[in-house]
Amino acid sequence: MELQASAEMIQQSAPDQEEEVRRSPVKVILGSFIFRRALRALLTIYLVSTFIFFLVRLLPGDPVQVFINKQMTQYGYSYDDAANQARSLFAIDVDRPLLLQYTDYLSNLLRGDLGTSMVLPGTSVVSIIQSRIWWTIFSVGTSLIIAFVLGSLIGMLMAYKRGSTFDGIASTIGSILNSIPNYLLALLFIIIFGVRLNWFNYTKMRGSVSSGQPVEFSWAFFTDALYHAILPISVYVVTSIGGWMLLMKSSTISTLEEDHVTAARARGVPEWRVLGFYVGRNAILPLFTQLTIAIGFVVGGSLLVEPIFQYQGIGMRLYESINQRDYPVLQGIFLVITISVVVALFVADLLYSRLDPRIRS
Amino acid sequence: MSSAVSAVGNTQNQRVTPPPAWKRFVSRNKLGTFGIVVFVGIMLLSFVGPFFLPEKNSTNVAKVYCTPSWDNWLGCDYRGRDIWYQIVNGGKQLIWVSAAAAFFSTFIAITFGALAALLGGWFESLVLVITEVVLTVPNIILLGVLAAFVKLDSPFLLVMILSVTGWPTLLRAVRAQVLSLKEREFVEAARMLDLGLPRILFREVLPNMASYILINFVFGMTGAIYGQVVLYFLGLVSLKGDNWGLMIQEAYRQGAAFSTDGVLYLVAPIVMIVLLMWSLTLVARALEDVFNPRLREA
Repeated sequence: MELQASAEMIQQSAPDQEEEVRRSPVKVILGSFIFRRALRALLTIYLVSTFIFFLVRLLPGDPVQVFINKQMTQYGYSYDDAANQARSLFAIDVDRPLLLQYTDYLSNLLRGDLGTSMVLPGTSVVSIIQSRIWWTIFSVGTSLIIAFVLGSLIGMLMAYKRGSTFDGIASTIGSILNSIPNYLLALLFIIIFGVRLNWFNYTKMRGSVSSGQPVEFSWAFFTDALYHAILPISVYVVTSIGGWMLLMKSSTISTLEEDHVTAARARGVPEWRVLGFYVGRNAILPLFTQLTIAIGFVVGGSLLVEPIFQYQGIGMRLYESINQRDYPVLQGIFLVITISVVVALFVADLLYSRLDPRIRS
Repeated sequence: MSSAVSAVGNTQNQRVTPPPAWKRFVSRNKLGTFGIVVFVGIMLLSFVGPFFLPEKNSTNVAKVYCTPSWDNWLGCDYRGRDIWYQIVNGGKQLIWVSAAAAFFSTFIAITFGALAALLGGWFESLVLVITEVVLTVPNIILLGVLAAFVKLDSPFLLVMILSVTGWPTLLRAVRAQVLSLKEREFVEAARMLDLGLPRILFREVLPNMASYILINFVFGMTGAIYGQVVLYFLGLVSLKGDNWGLMIQEAYRQGAAFSTDGVLYLVAPIVMIVLLMWSLTLVARALEDVFNPRLREA
């Protein structure tokens, strides 16, 4: 039956393929899923950069003007000197018309110039970001993978054994974990395990590596980095795993009811095959659309989780720059985080399109 | 899914003596019932509780970080103010701001999500591009950055800023759901009958999504609570009055996490927020069970 069906499908798809051959290669590339998806990613990046530019320049308390006024009143600079200062800090020339400022800003972005910090004069925003972002990508990426794999496995098990004690306990735990904000859990971790029970030395675990440990490609560095990342990673995993469990459970349950599963069972397909290939593969698809949300969520969480653990990632730097109102840094980090998330989503979507051919059309 | 099993038993029992609906619900949905009880409890505490509080919660140097006693059930904070007083008083605003934000974002999400799916074309592309942008930017980061530029000194502004980031998830879900419903036979039939867009939307499509929308509303609320506490934690909200978020921020700034003294000042609001968010999630799932017969019969 399966063979027959696939044979029919081949017959049906054959004419389509012929058409594909006849189209010019340029059109094939332009129409391909990857190309369209990449275009969308670039568009997103462009729109976000535009958005942040106008946010900085057009909001009531325009930080650039505020900065210039402050320089003039507090330090007695002339307007030209103050404007020059602002020019180097924000990589924006305030004397030019807004539209030209905007194109300047975009071309600066393309050249990788994000301006300089207001609080640490002379430090370029790019260098600040470069020194911080990898720690966040490392800790957030690791925890996303762990939570996704573990969570969907547990969720699938819950669905197969629904109604059992295991399902009951896992559902309860999953729903609790799902509703604890990660930064609150981070606080509870320190209060309960760090201060009260003294299970780990939270002061020693601060930072992203121990002082004196060079950043190099070695086992010592890797274990040290992991040691410092373990607290944020476990907080991210614990707070996001519940969501994956519950999602996978409900997705699996609805897949279990599908006709093709019933048909497969009726045909006597071995149960492990049914669960793995007929149910599991289909049930995990909706989770990929949630991945886009989860990535943003965990990255967003780093804004508070990192400062709580004093983990020297980009989230903590953003926290500091929000507190200091260091707008150039704030703007740069915002952009870079967005670009990283866009790239991550792009990769996730490519993966998804490999798994589910339906979305490629 | 013990609920599913007992539901089958109940349909058979019904012919003999039909138990009241609420009993059936409770027996089928113990966790959900627990969630509703906790949620109602928190609502009572936050909205009725303040009427039973003393007039003022004044600072008292003699009571700095006092331990729990009959007078101060949860002890005192770093300025000698009663913590229990702040817990009872600190939920009101948090809850209604979240509800208002969730309402706004649900409204945006349903309207634009459903319209995008039904109309298609350039409108759909436009909505999707905007959604994509807002969705891609991590919510909390966007919130933090936005709030760094705006002075959040009115609850209305807080509601607005929280709903700016709240709708994309819902919108995508609504659009996907409408798209899949659009292909179902009954909507197709309605289209063939030329019943008109609003009718198709409100009579055929949305009722089928009622549970979905409601559940997303509740999740929108938890999201707004999450976001609100983040803003408080960052010290970006300049609103007066007691608030669990503010308590956490103050306690954290005072170093309560690392000392034995003020730990209740930090833990009490955390527990309240977690309980509130958890009960909301449980309520959502209970509603799902009520509205989605497919889950019951499964």
